Amino acid sequence: MLQTAAGASLALTVMAAPSQKAQAQSLTLCWAAWDPANALVEMSKDFTAQSGIEMNFEFVPWPNYADRMLNELNSGGKLCDLLIGDSQWIGGSAENGHYVKLNSFFDKEGISMDDFLPATVYAYSTWPKGSPNYWALPAMGDANGWVYRKDWFSRPALRSEFKSKYGRDLEPPKTWTEMKDIGEFFQGRDIDGKRVYGAAIFTERGSEGITMGATGALYSWGFQYQNPNKPYDMEGFVNSPDAVAALEFYKDLYKCCTPPGYTDSYMEEGLDAFKSGQVAMMMNWFAFFPGLHKDPVVGGDKIGFFVNPGQKVEASTLGGQGISVVSYSEKKDQALEYIKWFASPEVQKKWWSLGGYSCHKSVLLDPGFANTQPFAADFLKAMDGVQDFWQEPAYAELLLAMQKRVHDFVVADQGTAQEALDKLIEDWTETFEDEGKL
Amino acid sequence: MSFAPPHEKLWGKRLAAGLVIVYALVSIIPLIWIFLTGFKSPQDSISYPPKMVFSPTMEGYVNVFTTRTRQTPEYMETLPPPETWYDELVRSRSMVIAGPSKFGQRFLNSIIIGFGSTFLSVFLGTLAAYAFSRFKIPLKDDLMFFILSTRMMPPIAVAIPIFLMYRELGLADTHLGMILLYTAVNISLAVWLLKGFIDEIPREYEEAAMIDGYSRFQSFCKVVLPQATTGIAATAIFCLIFSWNEYAFALLLTSGTAQTAPPFIPTIIGEGGLDWPAVAAGATLFLVPIVFFTIMLRKHLLRGITFGAVRK
Amino acid sequence: MSRPSILQKIVTSAAIATPAPVVRQVRGLSDRAIAWLFVTPTILLLLAINIFPLIWTIQLSFTNYKANRAARGEKFIGLRNYERVLGDADIWITLQTTAHFLIWTMLLQVLLGFGLAWLLNKQFKGHSFWTTLILLPMMLSPAVVGNFWRFLYQPQIGLFNYIIAFFTGADPSSFQMLGDVNLAPWSIVIVDTWMWTPYIMLICLAGLRSIPDYIYEAAEVDRASKWRQFWSITVPMVLPFLMLAVLFRAIENFKMFDLVVELTNGGPGSVTELASINLKREAFEKWRTGYSSAFAIILFVTVFGVANIYVKALNAVKQR
Repeated sequence: MLQTAAGASLALTVMAAPSQKAQAQSLTLCWAAWDPANALVEMSKDFTAQSGIEMNFEFVPWPNYADRMLNELNSGGKLCDLLIGDSQWIGGSAENGHYVKLNSFFDKEGISMDDFLPATVYAYSTWPKGSPNYWALPAMGDANGWVYRKDWFSRPALRSEFKSKYGRDLEPPKTWTEMKDIGEFFQGRDIDGKRVYGAAIFTERGSEGITMGATGALYSWGFQYQNPNKPYDMEGFVNSPDAVAALEFYKDLYKCCTPPGYTDSYMEEGLDAFKSGQVAMMMNWFAFFPGLHKDPVVGGDKIGFFVNPGQKVEASTLGGQGISVVSYSEKKDQALEYIKWFASPEVQKKWWSLGGYSCHKSVLLDPGFANTQPFAADFLKAMDGVQDFWQEPAYAELLLAMQKRVHDFVVADQGTAQEALDKLIEDWTETFEDEGKL
Repeated sequence: MSFAPPHEKLWGKRLAAGLVIVYALVSIIPLIWIFLTGFKSPQDSISYPPKMVFSPTMEGYVNVFTTRTRQTPEYMETLPPPETWYDELVRSRSMVIAGPSKFGQRFLNSIIIGFGSTFLSVFLGTLAAYAFSRFKIPLKDDLMFFILSTRMMPPIAVAIPIFLMYRELGLADTHLGMILLYTAVNISLAVWLLKGFIDEIPREYEEAAMIDGYSRFQSFCKVVLPQATTGIAATAIFCLIFSWNEYAFALLLTSGTAQTAPPFIPTIIGEGGLDWPAVAAGATLFLVPIVFFTIMLRKHLLRGITFGAVRK
Repeated sequence: MSRPSILQKIVTSAAIATPAPVVRQVRGLSDRAIAWLFVTPTILLLLAINIFPLIWTIQLSFTNYKANRAARGEKFIGLRNYERVLGDADIWITLQTTAHFLIWTMLLQVLLGFGLAWLLNKQFKGHSFWTTLILLPMMLSPAVVGNFWRFLYQPQIGLFNYIIAFFTGADPSSFQMLGDVNLAPWSIVIVDTWMWTPYIMLICLAGLRSIPDYIYEAAEVDRASKWRQFWSITVPMVLPFLMLAVLFRAIENFKMFDLVVELTNGGPGSVTELASINLKREAFEKWRTGYSSAFAIILFVTVFGVANIYVKALNAVKQR
């Protein structure tokens, strides 16, 4: 009797299982908690309407995003079916089997990487770099840019004072030297009864902030991570005289022209500082510019944009992410459906219109693109000259070493720029030796 | 006590009272500030100089429980009129409620994991404490010190192998995994405290019961346990407070499913940086049970914080 | 200890009347079985979650394992991790930072805690209410506390600078507790002291209350001065309590992580990077599992060793 009952209940369970599976049509997408994520939520409603698959989202603020998601991936977590991971995670995720390789899927569905901007494919999808092995679909193009208070720059009194002091017009800077002049000009000035400051730049210690900011200067001075002819040969490149000059300049800018208490600030703090009318210029990711443009307090006519100034070369720090399928997910097929939907040109157009930076050529290379938004032209210019951090599997170690050395020098006044970069080479050499690359 | 003249003693007391009251008030200011910040609007909370006088609003509390999206004024016009007071509040900021935030779930996780681990550690702890108290266990002192020394490892250090272990066993980011871990950490506290409490219950009661024919186990259940209720309750609350406040393990070993409130509250961002009123609201809600327990536990506080080594 | 009640007296005499061995033969599980049954689950749990992982950590410390490169496997490298940890200048700076934190928090908390306890011992009216108020900070979650103190320490929007400026007339933006290399270590000391002074206070209070009045009365009769009484009676009798409190607090502060991570995240630079924060970065951000295991073992051995010595000293003080 007991055995029959057990057998019957087992049969019932087995029968019940498939129908349960059919009902549980939902996917979880993990990304950072920022403006574009909200746009994606909006847009994904189309996907749900079309496919019947519910979309759940897990958004984590940027300072905690890498930590949390890498921890999740390394523990084989099943939280995320789809992950819009940072470009630097590609190496580790590919080699450790966190991401599903998408080549066969792309071939089957006729998704061609030629439809996407080459710089984005290189940066967000491929590992090893530049090889036709795709681990993500380019989802969000991004680079580091600048915004400024166009309304302050237009004030006749300020313009004439600036002209008489510096001999040129008060306009968005073309070089870092020009930018420092503007920063000093505004630092401590009283505008509309409030004390304002020159610029809000990245100084965050914890995740990647100060590295992303300092590389904006480093790249403009022509910084290279390694000998182009000999991989992982860093001496003379990472600590070249130009690199030292760039890092010293970034520190000078930090010391002369930032608000008080600005020692651990990244994107969020920059937004707060700019929106509350505290600074004349702000460094931040292009991702935020649609939202800033729409801001009721500082948007519209009050805001202007400029690409990362050059110094010796024109260069910008690369941001941006690709969307990947997590290999620990139990809903890989449905996740791939989402990717297929996301890759279509119509969806890519809508993505841009809602504030997401599509990487699709049909959007970016459209002749009218530069006129769609005041920052569109600057975005194209930035993407033309982007440089990314190491994407090695050991990228986290490399990034954390740079965070420490740069923050120690720029914010905590330890040692000189030369010493910081020399120590950085030591750190990176140790890591590469561990990895067997050196 | 001394034989000082009465008025000198009185002024001594007054001075002491004055100094203590000053310290208490200064010490309480941060807590009051956080409580107040929960009722400020986001703009007020980041005003400089800080605002002492402001018009209170429930925005912080609404924000901590919801996710919202900003919409254009044109879109706002197309919506039907707001149905609830919080809808209205959010609409007044040109935003629309998109759904519940994760705070409720995190708070619930704190409750589940907190109470679960407390129950387990008190249960196992009471048994072990009784045995240590009543029986001659070989190496008793060493075992007791060993139990205490498990608390000397930095949580991060313990987390390294636990992370690997849980990854293998599939316990990462599960309620069960966290309950087991917190229980293991709390057991040391539970055993030390409960042994102290049980030591104070005279053995003669059990032995009288056993003369009457009860077995050791029955006399444990019928005689010792009822007497130990206060001690068990106090221990339970201390264990709960530890699990409730714990951060490092929750940060490293949990993610979407089992994450508790402490790693979550400092990540509540608004449209730029941290949404301070929401963070303050979340923190206030999280601290309220602890304040309540502290007041309830006043008599046993000393014992609890010294692992039972010091009793008033 | 209360005087025995009548019930207790009856029970005591009854127990004395019954020889012990007879009591033990009653039905049910034997005492030995119960002892083992009651103790084993606890020991098993501790073995599984504390000891086995500790052994695993020791084993890992001799390898080059990286938890994010599990596929690479692990290679035995002997003492190399230990050499690297002990040879790394940054690790020593971290330990120095931790020591600075420990010493100053202990010093301040002992002074303030003992002082408050001494004042509270005078038992003025309403003292238990104010005591409860003072006790609140130590019951809160250190992570949440660290987070909102970060808010309080902001130079422009924070209350701390505002209050200091109010009393000293300085400009609130002229100094930054969290951003200044010299002030940041003090910022964490201040918050920890705010949180844990009540701990020391409570224990010292118990110590003070345990001193019987007649000792002071005898000293008065001997015409000993207040000062003399304090140093010969009060301090020695409170010392064991104080030492116990310092032991517990020092162990906790050595392990300190949540409060400082939320408050300064180890910054600016690395001036507030305590040992646990460094360990977390090595283990869970750089994923250098083998290396960080060696570091963890070194930390544990340090704490365990020092605690052992300290406990022996504490016992010696108690015997006096």
